[in-house]
Amino acid sequence: MRARLETLGARTLDGIGALGAVAVLALQIVRMGLKPPYRLRRWVDEVLDSGVRSVLIVCLSGATVGASLSLLGYGTLSRFGAEGFLGALVGHALVRELGPVLTALLVAGRAGSAMAAEIASMVQTEQLDGLRMMSIDPVDYVITPKACSMIAVMPLLYGLFVVVALLGALYVGVDLLGVDRGQFLSSLEDALNFREHVAQGLVKALAFGVLVGLIATYRGYTSEPTSAGVSAATTGTVVTASVSILVCNYVITALWGI
Amino acid sequence: MASTRSSEFAVGLFVMAGLASIAYLSLQVGGLNYRGEGGLQLVAHFDDVGGLTTRAPVSIAGVTVGQVRSIALDEYMRAQVIMDLDSDLALPVDSVVAIRTAGILGDQFLAVEPGAEEVVLTSGEEFSFSEDALSLERLIGKFVNNAGLSSDDP
Amino acid sequence: MSNLDDGEFRVYLEDVDLQRGQRTIFQGLTCGFPRGGISVVLGGSGVGKSTLLRLIGGLVRPNAGRVFVAGQDITRQSESELFRTREYLGMLFQGGALLDSLTVFDNVALPLREHTHLSEADIAGEVGRRLEAVGLSDVDDLLPGKLSGGMSRRAALARAIVTDPEIVLVDEPFSGLDPVNLRRIENLLVDLNRRLGITLVVTSHHIASTARMADQVVFLVDAQALSGSLPELLEAGDPRLMKFMAAERDADTQVAAIAPESDA
Repeated sequence: MRARLETLGARTLDGIGALGAVAVLALQIVRMGLKPPYRLRRWVDEVLDSGVRSVLIVCLSGATVGASLSLLGYGTLSRFGAEGFLGALVGHALVRELGPVLTALLVAGRAGSAMAAEIASMVQTEQLDGLRMMSIDPVDYVITPKACSMIAVMPLLYGLFVVVALLGALYVGVDLLGVDRGQFLSSLEDALNFREHVAQGLVKALAFGVLVGLIATYRGYTSEPTSAGVSAATTGTVVTASVSILVCNYVITALWGI
Repeated sequence: MASTRSSEFAVGLFVMAGLASIAYLSLQVGGLNYRGEGGLQLVAHFDDVGGLTTRAPVSIAGVTVGQVRSIALDEYMRAQVIMDLDSDLALPVDSVVAIRTAGILGDQFLAVEPGAEEVVLTSGEEFSFSEDALSLERLIGKFVNNAGLSSDDP
Repeated sequence: MSNLDDGEFRVYLEDVDLQRGQRTIFQGLTCGFPRGGISVVLGGSGVGKSTLLRLIGGLVRPNAGRVFVAGQDITRQSESELFRTREYLGMLFQGGALLDSLTVFDNVALPLREHTHLSEADIAGEVGRRLEAVGLSDVDDLLPGKLSGGMSRRAALARAIVTDPEIVLVDEPFSGLDPVNLRRIENLLVDLNRRLGITLVVTSHHIASTARMADQVVFLVDAQALSGSLPELLEAGDPRLMKFMAAERDADTQVAAIAPESDA
């Protein structure tokens, strides 16, 4: 019993310590991001890695999610003769909840894990120590561009995801199921407004970008310099990021008010 | 350098597509406009607002001219509704505001019927006349009561 | 220790204790590395040779004791002060530690781009000279992953010396190299020292090359250091050193004995 309590205590302390370390890293990233040199070249590379290379998977998933939402919604709505509200239903689901959450989960799995693995393998092969010995701060040169690109990329991918999903929903709803195109679009535009829906989706995407960027870089940066360390950083990133995305999503939804 | 050029191009394209999507969502779907603050803000009091919610539309002759900002209880235990309207709206002081329902089961909204006075309402002022929500339950209750009374009292 | 500022030692460790978890790596370690000399750090595997270099580079901080680099006690320096002290230092890591997202050229150019205001043309010239000096040509546009072990070590050496540091730390330059490449790296290191007067600290367990190049040997054993020239140390005849030398020599002769058979 006592031993169990002790491990629980130690775990809690570790957790608090890790949270503190993440906060310190976040502060460093902010400082490095604001001070010159701005390393535009590194930013382009990182946005290419985490953003452009995620476009395909984000668009594919978006189209499928939109299409299946349309099918699902049509089945229920048509029973009440309310097919005209299909656009509103799909829009509500996508813009505020599914859009940001699914985009962030996809990006965490695709780009977040790759980011953690890359940094961890740089730790393992002493590349970060090599930078330090050249008087280059790895947080400045490696970590900051990576974390910040993740934050910048997430809202953009969110936008793409939702628009492609709406197109998928439109195709299934209008072209396959025969809902009127005008009705679909006007119910979509009537049902959603900027402050309540779109802004919330954007804020969520930004927050998830911060989460994934921080978690991926932190796990990579603090990994053990072994192969096991690389794989632990990778899986750790996906698990921690996914859970925090879902928790954070609930918190934002709740705080925003219904 | 060729690869550098093409990676920059890809990133540029990506950023543009992302921004365009966000712009579409915000402006077209979200209906964001730059009206900003400084619109016409009017107050109305009701005995019963029924299912009226904040951000419900306010319309004149079926045209949306604003939305409900807040609903609260005033000192006389009545419902006080504050609404934001288009700033160039000139509503006579004897205009009537009513709570209506879109269809039988639809959402409730505010409908304004303009009056005939010369003097117009300015921001912060109150509607003098208001019509409460038409409560379906109360209506049915009244109907059943009446029917009951008439059958008891032949 | 003020005499160290301009004294014979450019790097000096005083009474250094280092623990890693439960393990004691150094206990009261004291040793110095003379200016303009080649010092070879000898010792069995796991005795902390690389850790010694990481202490000098400020990558690891000791639990107790002081570490002087170019006259400054780096154990008291903040992280940003350390970055300034490291401008005296170059380090060649065992695996090269080249950034694998950059080409060989960009890797060598990196310290110049970060710390100087040279034009791209000047940088290109400087990098070209350094790569030529380590005997690498036509690899500018390759990524480090495409290089062999010996080549990436030479490229890393070019990167370590491109800013003309006073002191270069070299971690296991000879491990995993065939005799030809080994001799080539050894000659490069000796040349750097003789021609440019760079102070070298080299970890190794290769006896023959140590005997050829070392001005001073630091033998790490039992968490402490014995230092002196190789003949001096052999004369003093510490049994632990003798045992180490005998074991390494055996390993060398065994390799020599096996090599012809595997060729046949």
